[in-house]
Amino acid sequence: MMALAVDVTRFEGVPMAPPDPILGVSEAFKADTNDLKLNLGVGAYRTEELQPYVLNVVKKAEKLMLEKGENKEYLPIEGLAAFNKATAELLFGADNPVIKDGRVATLQSLSGTGSLRLAAAFIQRYFPEAKVLISSPTWGNHKNIFNDARVPWSEYRYYDPKTVGLDFEGMIADIEAAPEGSFVLLHGCAHNPTGIDPTPEQWEKIADVIQEKKHMPFFDVAYQGFASGSLDEDAFSVRLFVKRGLEVFVAQSYSKNLGLYAERIGAINVVCSAPEVADRVKSQLKRLARPMYSNPPIHGARIVANVVGDPTMFGEWKQEMEEMAGRIKNVRQKLYDSLSAKDKSGKDWSYILRQIGMFSYTGLNKTQSDNMTDKWHVYMTKDGRISLAGLSLAKCDYLADAIIDSFHNVN
Amino acid sequence: MAPSHVQPGAPQEPSADRRLSTLVRHLLPSSPRRTAAEDSSATLESSPTMASQGCSVFAGLAQAPEDPILGVTVAFNKDPSPNKVNLGVGAYRTEEGKPLVLNVVRRAEQMLVNDPTRYKEYLPITGLADFNKLSAKLIFGADSPAIQENRVATVQCLSGTGSLRVGGEFLGRHYHERTIYIPQPTWGNHVKVFALSGLTVKTYRYYDPATRGLDLKGFLEDLSSAPTGAIVLLHACAHNPTGVDPTIDEWEQIRQLMRSKSMLPFFDSAYQGFASGNLDKDAQSVRMFVADGGELLMAQSYAKNMGLYGERVGALSIVCGSADVAGRVESQLKLVTRPMISSPPLHGASIVATILKDSEMYHEWTVELKAMADRIISMRQQLFDALKARGTPGDWSHIIKQIGMFTFTGLTSEQVAFMRQEYHIYMTSDGRISMAGLNAKNVNQLADAIHAAVTQLK
Repeated sequence: MMALAVDVTRFEGVPMAPPDPILGVSEAFKADTNDLKLNLGVGAYRTEELQPYVLNVVKKAEKLMLEKGENKEYLPIEGLAAFNKATAELLFGADNPVIKDGRVATLQSLSGTGSLRLAAAFIQRYFPEAKVLISSPTWGNHKNIFNDARVPWSEYRYYDPKTVGLDFEGMIADIEAAPEGSFVLLHGCAHNPTGIDPTPEQWEKIADVIQEKKHMPFFDVAYQGFASGSLDEDAFSVRLFVKRGLEVFVAQSYSKNLGLYAERIGAINVVCSAPEVADRVKSQLKRLARPMYSNPPIHGARIVANVVGDPTMFGEWKQEMEEMAGRIKNVRQKLYDSLSAKDKSGKDWSYILRQIGMFSYTGLNKTQSDNMTDKWHVYMTKDGRISLAGLSLAKCDYLADAIIDSFHNVN
Repeated sequence: MAPSHVQPGAPQEPSADRRLSTLVRHLLPSSPRRTAAEDSSATLESSPTMASQGCSVFAGLAQAPEDPILGVTVAFNKDPSPNKVNLGVGAYRTEEGKPLVLNVVRRAEQMLVNDPTRYKEYLPITGLADFNKLSAKLIFGADSPAIQENRVATVQCLSGTGSLRVGGEFLGRHYHERTIYIPQPTWGNHVKVFALSGLTVKTYRYYDPATRGLDLKGFLEDLSSAPTGAIVLLHACAHNPTGVDPTIDEWEQIRQLMRSKSMLPFFDSAYQGFASGNLDKDAQSVRMFVADGGELLMAQSYAKNMGLYGERVGALSIVCGSADVAGRVESQLKLVTRPMISSPPLHGASIVATILKDSEMYHEWTVELKAMADRIISMRQQLFDALKARGTPGDWSHIIKQIGMFTFTGLTSEQVAFMRQEYHIYMTSDGRISMAGLNAKNVNQLADAIHAAVTQLK
């Protein structure tokens, strides 16, 4: 058969895309041969021995699932019913009126990213004039998600580099200044990348201004249970808004708190004013999911449903989650202690202790972060974020030396 | 901000006006639905049911209808009749009418779950590397020049749907001709997937109702009059919903025409090994196109041939003109998937990789796959024989000529509704039946129903 002459390629004009700024860090780390190297890039939990961690309760659930020998039929578009029930109850509290009244539309989705993307597609279709307000800074992928979903966004002030704390006044002013009916993307707890969360009083004021401006609160909850160690405590901000009777979007992820990173399990929840509204919203979310992936993957959903559905396993999960959160808090404390002991300049490093969750915003700028990598083989993102999940007590002293050097000797 | 692409089913009234009117209802002080929260002089003490008295910003949102294919199962589940038969969704059923998890899949799963060295760390954005390589080999052939020359960019995606969507999005951004031609008819979800990818969807003639076979003349005519460089969706084998496939000679004619017009083939392969029972035979059409050195897109699904439906395992491969282009294409594919799912799910892809890389397990898979394909072929014969035995009017030979999981019966939507009503037989309204849902026990019920429908309703 004679091959017809064809153009060599139709894709000549396709440029090489830059590596992902977060995931690219791990790739660079792998290539480094130095013994002292430290990977503080991706937010994935590591043990004190700096090994990845599969929760015991997850292994238990998977073995149980093997024994049960269930089939692999398609889930409905909205996902596994037992998972959807469990996830909404975990988030809002099982006895929350919004659940009892059937006012929550919940769809199992592809972890946090997939949940955000579904919600973004919904916003683009039904609120095409609306803008999403995102914190400055925020998780790097948020902008990509809204850009690809063609939802316009703008930033509200959040991080104050002078205090390495929350620019609360700036945040409130920017939310207030936004057009009515904007969507405000809020991190439920353990803000990524800064680790800086509003206090309960500040949350009340944020809720006030959002309510006043008829904005739609849109929570990204990727760390429930992982921040403080308590599922209920970490859901405080979401429940506060719901208690006020507001309609709310919440994206959830089980990547970190159940260590199910690669199984891509999460949910998009929309709290609506009435059950029949929730039904309609759910039906339209399904219509957006079908041409994206048809229906979501079963494995991670079954793990969550099994863990949450069994009181013993649920208790074990809470225990392991407390241990993970506890290790991070210990490491945070040790880092602070090392910095305070070693830094003779009198700089106040206590902001590190006030931050919460997997990450810490060190206050280092890009050049200083580069120094961390180039001189000290410490891999982190260029915005000065370190993942404490990748830090061991044993390495705190080394890291403190690196940070002090970068902060004081590099500009 | 006005969307620049087709939005099927978008609300008719200007959305800005609708939102504004919703907001206005919130603001009117005399509105009885105004809640305590809107009264600025009230304390923000809330009643738990406050929102249910208030307005919703979703007030203008319509209830979406059920998906036409998946909705058949929804309706089926609601039917209390003990004799109901589900011939809707394309999911394999055993002779006993039960879903099937392949033995080799269970074995692979055991190995994975019991392996203490396995973690659940994020996969790379492109997915499980082994899985990607093995999937490309499976469809293109291990000795494919495209693979030898590193000209294939592969990313793991969410089964067939995800692969099609990622491919569509990529083309919407990077390909100069943003029209895709899809066969008439095709799988119901194709139109929505490509429309939301930002492509204009057009159709080419495919099925000839008079012969219940391929309308090759119409096919070639429509592609001839399409613009140079247009994208063309092709079902690699076991066309869904018709079961009508081109012969090898017909494929060659299609290939020559397409290449002469620099058209870009986009293959959907959801049934490799399931159609004929032979993996290589079912990949012939694809390999013909790769062999001529040209470029193409390939959406692969393991839902049916490995029975991994709910695990959502698939891959998008793009065969490119050079290794350098493949590298750049892969980098751009990552920009599509990262804001959609970040990275794909591990479990199903690990099962596939485990099976494909072990020659004994691979062999076991081919045996189980052939058994499924053979049972379907046998059901075709049984249905044909049952209709013949009843003297049902019409030529039913298409039942045994068509290939794959589905038969396009030729029944009208009225006949389909009649069969649902009177015989509790569920199928999509286009008359497509999933042979996988048939067995020796219910084939007679189906034959009776078809006979009644055809003789009572014209």
